[in-house]
Amino acid sequence: MLRIDQETHDAIVAHAKRDHPDEACGVVAGPEGSDRPERFVPMVNAASSPTFYEFDPTDLLRLYKEMDANGEEPVVVYHSHTATEAYPSRTDIGLAQEPHAHYVLVSTREHGNSDGPVEFRSYRIVDGEVTEEEVSVVPPREEPRSQT
Amino acid sequence: MAVEVRIPTILRTYTDGEKAVDGEGATLSEVIEHLEANHPGIKERLVESKDGQPDLRRFVNVYVNDEDVRFTGGLGTAVSDGDQVVVLPAVAGG
Repeated sequence: MLRIDQETHDAIVAHAKRDHPDEACGVVAGPEGSDRPERFVPMVNAASSPTFYEFDPTDLLRLYKEMDANGEEPVVVYHSHTATEAYPSRTDIGLAQEPHAHYVLVSTREHGNSDGPVEFRSYRIVDGEVTEEEVSVVPPREEPRSQT
Repeated sequence: MAVEVRIPTILRTYTDGEKAVDGEGATLSEVIEHLEANHPGIKERLVESKDGQPDLRRFVNVYVNDEDVRFTGGLGTAVSDGDQVVVLPAVAGG
């Protein structure tokens, strides 16, 4: 199951809507081994395409060095589909190289750049096997501390 | 030339889980041959044959001292003592 806070969820959706009709992409980094997506990092789609996405190689190196320095890993790797459902394409499956990541797919096909609900789904993709998982959107992390 | 090679998560099955391994060679190509000798199978994941010539796979990025080797001579890129080689799979899809 993917647990993601409302704020990060909404930021991914907003990015996808903004970049529609091109695909939007990015990661949510979190402490290594924690499975907690905490740091939203929208990336530029170097392909600027409605049917393909790719992180720019220079941005990719910067991102991974940064995560390495912070003891983070990409807990979520997200991208949007702009004309099809939020399900990994054959290309997505073939190129998935992060066995620990939750691959989040957002589809903007219904409302494009406008307000309105979007499909937001999450998958594990390991060795070409796709497994959909439940998405649990939780309140923002800044919860009030318990009273003592 | 002794270099450090940073290994991405997906390829750590070849390096017993190590994030970085020692490399050896005067060019990236030699570094990869040396890697293959110690971690059999890893070369296949990095290099493919294009028009009969070995070349880096399209969706594998390799950097020597933060420079993308696609702009510095690909597999022929020279490496020096103490250089850092970083391997990162592309994050891409359709």
